[in-house]
Amino acid sequence: MEDMKKIEMKTQDAPVRNHNFEEVSLGYTKKEAMDEASRCLQCKVPKCVEGCPVNIKIPEFIAALKEDNILEAYRIISESSSLSAICGRVCPQERQCEARCIRGIKGDSIAIGSLERYVSDEAFKNGYESLPKVSKINKTVAIVGSGPAGLACAYDLAKEGFDVTIYEVLHKAGGVLTYGIPEFRLPKEIVSAQIEKLEKLGVSIKTNIPIGNAITLNELQEEYDAVFIGTGAGLPRFMGIPGEDASGVFSANEILSRINLMGSFKKDAKTPIKHAKVAYVIGGGNVAMDAVRSLKRLGIDAHIMYRRSEEELPARQMEVIHAKEEEIEFHFLENPVKILVDEENNVIGMEVVDMELVEEEAGGRRGVREIKHSNHEVSCDMVVMALGTGPNHEALKESDIILTEKKLIQVENGKTSLDNVYAGGDVVTGSATVILAMEAGKKAALEIIRRYTGKYQSDK
Amino acid sequence: MYEILKNEKIATNCYLMEVVAKDVIRNAKPGQFVIVMAKEDSERIPLTIYDYDKDSDVLSLIYQVVGASTLELSTISKNLFAVSGPLGKANEICVHPELFKDKKIVYIAGGVGIAPVYPQVKYLKNHHFDIDIIYGAREKELLLIQDKIESVAHKVFYVTDDGSYGDKGFVTNVLEREIQNYDLCVTIGPLIMMKNVSELTRKYHVKTIVSLNPLMVDGSGMCGACRCEIEGKPKFACIDGPEFDGHQVNFDLLIKRMHIYKEEEKEKLLQMEKDLGKDCEVE
Repeated sequence: MEDMKKIEMKTQDAPVRNHNFEEVSLGYTKKEAMDEASRCLQCKVPKCVEGCPVNIKIPEFIAALKEDNILEAYRIISESSSLSAICGRVCPQERQCEARCIRGIKGDSIAIGSLERYVSDEAFKNGYESLPKVSKINKTVAIVGSGPAGLACAYDLAKEGFDVTIYEVLHKAGGVLTYGIPEFRLPKEIVSAQIEKLEKLGVSIKTNIPIGNAITLNELQEEYDAVFIGTGAGLPRFMGIPGEDASGVFSANEILSRINLMGSFKKDAKTPIKHAKVAYVIGGGNVAMDAVRSLKRLGIDAHIMYRRSEEELPARQMEVIHAKEEEIEFHFLENPVKILVDEENNVIGMEVVDMELVEEEAGGRRGVREIKHSNHEVSCDMVVMALGTGPNHEALKESDIILTEKKLIQVENGKTSLDNVYAGGDVVTGSATVILAMEAGKKAALEIIRRYTGKYQSDK
Repeated sequence: MYEILKNEKIATNCYLMEVVAKDVIRNAKPGQFVIVMAKEDSERIPLTIYDYDKDSDVLSLIYQVVGASTLELSTISKNLFAVSGPLGKANEICVHPELFKDKKIVYIAGGVGIAPVYPQVKYLKNHHFDIDIIYGAREKELLLIQDKIESVAHKVFYVTDDGSYGDKGFVTNVLEREIQNYDLCVTIGPLIMMKNVSELTRKYHVKTIVSLNPLMVDGSGMCGACRCEIEGKPKFACIDGPEFDGHQVNFDLLIKRMHIYKEEEKEKLLQMEKDLGKDCEVE
């Protein structure tokens, strides 16, 4: 019966970790990894592979792991994913591979994400990273944005011999992996290692360059054989309620950028982060969890306010569990309607209404509405908006690329309306996940490879 | 890393920096800004572009030391860790000079606000505009780049708070006296000055463009720190601006938002002064 339970990954104790920015999950020991791997039934028709957006051959890598062959396990994962140490940590496995696992019907699914992480970390520690031999084909690609979509696209193109240049507006590459996801969930050395791997493959990364201003998309189209746009969904949303321009109201992007990109959590940091006593983070996604847990670690009494109920929380399950252990207080079915300020425009609280769930909206999520006359006040001196992000089209200036009604870039098989321009990730789908952005980057890479090399033509 | 050719003091707390930044200036236009970082762990500082030379790839910036990060910037001499840009929208007159051919234009600058005024007036002079400048500072010593602006402007009115050079008083005193000569105004300088200029020109129905410099982190539309209220709606100064119609800006809100990190910045300045040693203090 023991086989029914998965081996939980050990973590730092909650009362300790909610005061530091070191990684929460400590990773499997070898014995734990082997024991967990041995639970895999090695299905002949593995459903888990279908659940993975990049179709990693999961039973095969687990079989190699069972034989203690990390090198082979890592090779199998790397065939499908260039960012596995990252995905093992941040993918919502409970909705993807692990959701399809046969073991999950009667007990716990195999902890596929934890095994992926173990294999990737071990491979990295032992220097198993084997870069493919590349012969250059004399074709050039410019990639706009160095987030997961751009990195995945760059990796697949570089392997095929393309000369790839990534343009990044910030001073550090990685996009949301660098500025957004905190150290305690995704250590930055792992992100840097993935980026170094790309550079070793010959990819050139140019930071500090705002495409659209420094170089226009038209100029990139002229200069390169193909262009991939993976600029993400960078524009933070606000609620449009009174008082939102108060001095203690921030976007989650700002809080996370100050902490992750600028290192404001360190004592000697040169970029400030606002001192606060009580903070409310509005929203229920991964970004909200990242923001609230970061604020908690700065010694702030940190709360989540989410207008739906716990069941609808869009965040990755593990992040919600960890947040609760870290004494984050959750307020469900409540929503602010006004930010209360003093005469200096500092936040002193919020006026909040209760909400109730109604029938399903298009897309399957429960709708929600305000309960009349339920207004009440809460005290706080910081409010952080984590309401999702919209597309940021600075890079598209002066181009006549076609957008959808939702102002996202219109693509067909990764290709935009412009001849040699491809796009993928949040700039095409709206804000989604790291793995979906990666998948889109890979798909676009495949289209570019097909078009410029003639390889991998589909059977149709 | 970007090579620094010059980083020298030109007046009390005011510095001129010249840095080689080919990618930044290749498509730069008057009115845009850059973000600089002194070192790898430094704060990102937005600065409007003062001058650029597309033949030599040299970007010139003028900045005022006001806190820890600008103090640190004033101490570096070999390399600048980062220059990102150009950012923001270019000045609308410089983008479409043909639409403004019949306008009588005055630029009103305060303090280091003269730096971003210079490339605009220079550009417009090259497009056959006669531009007047009203330039104010606290005292004579703080009037910067006088020879430069005199070489591009039709006429320069100087004004100092203490009367040590030009008229005594504020730029608004001179503007009110001369306003019948103009039908378009561009003003760049301290928020309170831009607010007062905008209030004056509103009275006389003279369109006024202001260049805002709120707090920023990334400068590319990602963080929203720089949001301002324009015509009652939130706009991001980094990508929707930095220039806006002065009559639509909620200046009082913006002035309050400039104080968000007042306490934190005080601490950082003390720390920086300690780290850099006795000789480096904000004067």
